Amino acid sequence: MAAELHVELVAADRQVWSGEATLVVARTTSGDIGVMPGHQPLLGVLESGPVTIRTSDGGTVVAAVHGGFISFADDKLSLLAEIAELSDEIDVQRVERELERAKAEGDAAAERRADVRLRAATTR
Amino acid sequence: MGAQLRVYKRRIRSVTATKKITKAMEMIAASRVVKAQRKVVASTPYARELTRAVTAVGTGSNTKHPLTTEAENPTRAAVLLLTSDRGLAGAFNSNAIKAAEQLTERLEREGKQVDTYVVGRRGLAHYNFRERKVTESWTGFTDEPTYADAKKVAAPLIEAIERDTADGGVDELHIVYTEFVSMMTQTALGARLLPLRLDEVAEEQPKGEILPLFDFEPSAEDVLDALLPRYVESRIYNALLQSAASKHAATRRAMKSATDNAGELINTLSRLANAARQAEITQEISEIVGGASALADATAGSDR
Repeated sequence: MAAELHVELVAADRQVWSGEATLVVARTTSGDIGVMPGHQPLLGVLESGPVTIRTSDGGTVVAAVHGGFISFADDKLSLLAEIAELSDEIDVQRVERELERAKAEGDAAAERRADVRLRAATTR
Repeated sequence: MGAQLRVYKRRIRSVTATKKITKAMEMIAASRVVKAQRKVVASTPYARELTRAVTAVGTGSNTKHPLTTEAENPTRAAVLLLTSDRGLAGAFNSNAIKAAEQLTERLEREGKQVDTYVVGRRGLAHYNFRERKVTESWTGFTDEPTYADAKKVAAPLIEAIERDTADGGVDELHIVYTEFVSMMTQTALGARLLPLRLDEVAEEQPKGEILPLFDFEPSAEDVLDALLPRYVESRIYNALLQSAASKHAATRRAMKSATDNAGELINTLSRLANAARQAEITQEISEIVGGASALADATAGSDR
């Protein structure tokens, strides 16, 4: 069995990341799920949260996704998200400001989005 | 300078200025088509994966969902018409509107009441002028639609289709948009978006690919619940992008023929101006010659 799986992380308007990986951890509505090569075909609904991809060359890619799906079959994994950002695309300072503003305004959705971004950016 | 010549010169100047403007608009539109096309291409991976997922749930489970089941006796339908905010695009908007009207007529013949939803100021103006009812409309983003815009458009439509027909909901959702076939060809077409025909969606998939039995997380119903609205949004997003690309291509073509016509007009006018100038010169010469010979005749007469 192949020891790696092909990952495609796509947002609605662009392809965010694609490549080979050995492990993908994502947060579905019923909890965190880790997918390794040879996993049973799976289709799940994602919560907004960080997605961790361990690439086959030993590196780690972290992305913040907001809603979407994970689908896995034949060692091909696709992560579909309306909005997805890689951790190195995220500007920490700006997100911190956004988080503060969301907290001040009591906008729970915006606060959650900012929080997810911040966590993804700081775990890289 | 003669009066005639002055009139021609003035017209040439004004047509030249117009030509410069249409030329600039043509080039702007040309660069926007490329950008819009790139956006269409960038959105395809998402649409492709989403279609795969919808097919997987549709064929891998026998779940029933309001968005995939056909009403036994459909009485109301929604038509979403995509036009542009700005004109100067040849027959682009009128073609889309015509397609929407044909579709509306057909649906009404089938005994369905039609709710119209319009995107773009041009389409809205058309309906308002004829005092036809528009259920909801959106304007201001047709040149460069974003996914957030598509979501905004899709939300009330999905809500309407999920509501019972008796409370003002609809049974079917049709979309009329302009498909971007190539730089030269764009066709306005109407398509039924909902209820979804899963076999039709499955046909978009390459043949011979056997879909595996999926493990649904948390359950097939929940996945379908979350998946179908996203699918509709992505289809509307794609239609918006194609419509934008088509609009720019139509503008480019319209402006190109305007520029060509202006060039032709300038040619004709310069010929006329040249003829007028030549006629003026000829007249002056004959006047001088005539005057000189009259003078000569007069002096010759007084000598005698």
